[in-house]
Amino acid sequence: MAFLQIAEPGQSDAPHQHRLAAGIDLGTTNSLVATVRSGVAETLPDEDGEHLLPSVVRYTPDGVIVGAAARDAGVEDPHNTIASVKRLIGRGVDDLKTLGDALPYRFVDSGSAVPRIQTVAGPVSAVEVSAEILRVLAQRAEKTLGGELTGVVITVPAYFDDAQRQATKDAAKLAGLKVFRLLNEPTAAAVAYGLDREADGVHAIYDLGGGTFDISVLRLNRGVFEVMATGGDSALGGDDFDRAVAGWIMQQAGIGGDAAPGLLRALMDKARAAKEALAGRASVPVAVDLPDGGKWEGQLDRETFNTLVDPLIRKTISACRRALRDAGVTPEEVKDVVMVGGSTRALRVREKVGEFFGTEPLVDIDPDRVVAIGAALQADVLAGNKPEDEMLLLDVIPLSLGIETMGGLVEKIIPRNTTIPVARAQEFTTLKDGQTAMAIHVLQGERELVSDCRTLARFELRGIPPMVAGAARIRVTFSVDADGLLHVEAEELSQGVKADIEVKPSYGLTDEEIADMLKSSIEHAGEDLEARRLAEQKVEAARVVEALQSALAADGDELLDGNERERVEAALDELRRVAESATDAEAIKRSIGALEKTCEFYVERRMNSNIRKAMAGHKVDEFE
Amino acid sequence: MSGRRCLRETMIDLTKNNYFDLFGLPVAYVLDTGALSDRYRELQRVVHPDRYASASDQDQRLALQQATLANEAYQTLRDPLKRALYMLQLQGIDTDQETAITRDPAFLMQQMELREALADVRGQDDPAQRLDELMRDIRGMIEAEVARLAVQLETATPEQLEAARESVDRMQFLNKLYNEAEAVEAELEELI
Repeated sequence: MAFLQIAEPGQSDAPHQHRLAAGIDLGTTNSLVATVRSGVAETLPDEDGEHLLPSVVRYTPDGVIVGAAARDAGVEDPHNTIASVKRLIGRGVDDLKTLGDALPYRFVDSGSAVPRIQTVAGPVSAVEVSAEILRVLAQRAEKTLGGELTGVVITVPAYFDDAQRQATKDAAKLAGLKVFRLLNEPTAAAVAYGLDREADGVHAIYDLGGGTFDISVLRLNRGVFEVMATGGDSALGGDDFDRAVAGWIMQQAGIGGDAAPGLLRALMDKARAAKEALAGRASVPVAVDLPDGGKWEGQLDRETFNTLVDPLIRKTISACRRALRDAGVTPEEVKDVVMVGGSTRALRVREKVGEFFGTEPLVDIDPDRVVAIGAALQADVLAGNKPEDEMLLLDVIPLSLGIETMGGLVEKIIPRNTTIPVARAQEFTTLKDGQTAMAIHVLQGERELVSDCRTLARFELRGIPPMVAGAARIRVTFSVDADGLLHVEAEELSQGVKADIEVKPSYGLTDEEIADMLKSSIEHAGEDLEARRLAEQKVEAARVVEALQSALAADGDELLDGNERERVEAALDELRRVAESATDAEAIKRSIGALEKTCEFYVERRMNSNIRKAMAGHKVDEFE
Repeated sequence: MSGRRCLRETMIDLTKNNYFDLFGLPVAYVLDTGALSDRYRELQRVVHPDRYASASDQDQRLALQQATLANEAYQTLRDPLKRALYMLQLQGIDTDQETAITRDPAFLMQQMELREALADVRGQDDPAQRLDELMRDIRGMIEAEVARLAVQLETATPEQLEAARESVDRMQFLNKLYNEAEAVEAELEELI
């Protein structure tokens, strides 16, 4: 119980121990881990000096291989080598059909809502595959830092929905990591650049990756980041540039659309190489072996390349315009544009983006690493390593949330770009006389029709007392926490009958599934589950004791009378005793719970006292 | 701990205090938005869940509730329409949209004309130009309602509050129309 660690600004009691924390950019193609050392955030390399870890996992009879070695085996062992798992995470069996391209994996029907891929090591879910990647990155960080991580910040695309966020958190849990916060990727990029105190103002983050485009508009004010709007296109990226260039080569070389897949693949590679080379030269040679044994050679110059990609860049600019409108700012008001994603290396992109915003885009930090660096900075703050004057992120939900009403229409309860955490309630009523149950269908998206939005959850409220149609009052409350995760509650009000239901995303894993995976992964690692839990609880108990002691030292005299203090200290001693002698984790957990209950009033008083101090001079006495 | 009990016991106690008090601002329709934003950020610095990322579940729950309330209060006061609705509620005036019936025939006529004007934009020679003018007109009308509300809510006699309720009705319509105009604008931009 870290009793409001921010309570005493400027006061340094115990010498602060640096808590190890890392930022993880869990990418579709590559992943990175970064950490803050001596005040500087940097990405960490593996033993070979490689910073980028290919997000590829290969299952073999002898174990799991992650990274470049797995990627290189993709062709020879496609069924057991899983790439781009980010596209599957948080997705249900039904979604697989809509994902388009044929995936080379064998999916097994497990009866669970979560699809599983058959491998030599048994069926695996996207959550488990992602956990393998996270585990490797966490190990890299722990090895470099020489200690255990207290927590991590993992970045997710701004457009990730509730199920995808939940699944990402599940993966971290499975990898044995505590997630301080899921951070939107563009926000992380802003953090990487924005710590500069001079940078107060409105900023745009232009993130063009391989397959997705994101735009975010943020306001930075004295260390507080406010996300004003986000937008983008989840099916537009650098791959489309390659496709456009490949199409040009085919046209020039007289290759038909019916060419062999192998040739098409080769053309895409040629296109990418040409695109990358154009960043440094005005014109590059392109040579292709033709199916008839001949060879085509040509030159791709910048002008031609620009003509090919301009329509694609224009689409991104349209999305920028929409986001600015949502944020209520003009392009002139945007002070800086941060470039993120490998595709922003294309000079034409920088040129067009600079033109639209009327400012030179920021490219000082490697666009592939900037997200991980921002995540590391945020992790450092959340671990409590920067207790004073630290930054704060006020994020928004990227997509509107609502429920289905009559006629297949969506009633929006929380509009997109609302600052989180947020809770909103709306009242509904029954349609028929004597209706005792109500189906609640939770949706995400901007469109008006249910069929155009994404289903997040369905549940039923039962036990509504029978009444005439329209008499019952059902209050549906949506709450989104600071991670962007949604909880929905429904309550019958008219007769005081109450029924609450908490919604889990329908494509997420059930708690039992998570527990099973956790258990098997721990067994797999040869660890004793109970011993591990006990150790964890002992650490937790020590933390609680320490926090409470420093809280008491700071303001116990001021906020507690003699009796209260005695009660708190008795509970504290009890926890200390239990933690020392206990042999099972549950006992310690119960004791921590009991202490927390005893101290509830004290925590609240401290919160009040903090708020008063923060608002000092603003007529705070009125709050008494 | 239940959310309600917690909120009653802590400083953000809305049975006694209102959103204005929360930010240390006087209850007035015309408000210092700069001060509002500053106080909001100060408050979030204290209550935001990120401040409690490594704290106990209990602290985290409490912080979540307080931060949620601070967001709601800020978003209500920052928006001229929501602020007016909220002030009417503080006066015990029913602002339920369903019961609000516009009795002003002149405004009904104006509504129809504005809707027609928006529907006709696409057929114009220079639709972007026409839309731009129309949006400017709507913004002007919204600003006029804001100015009226400032007087009505300041005076706060029963007659003035009734007038304020009607202003709010008109503003709701105008805001909705403006959103629709923005959607048309986005469509036109896509065509370029």
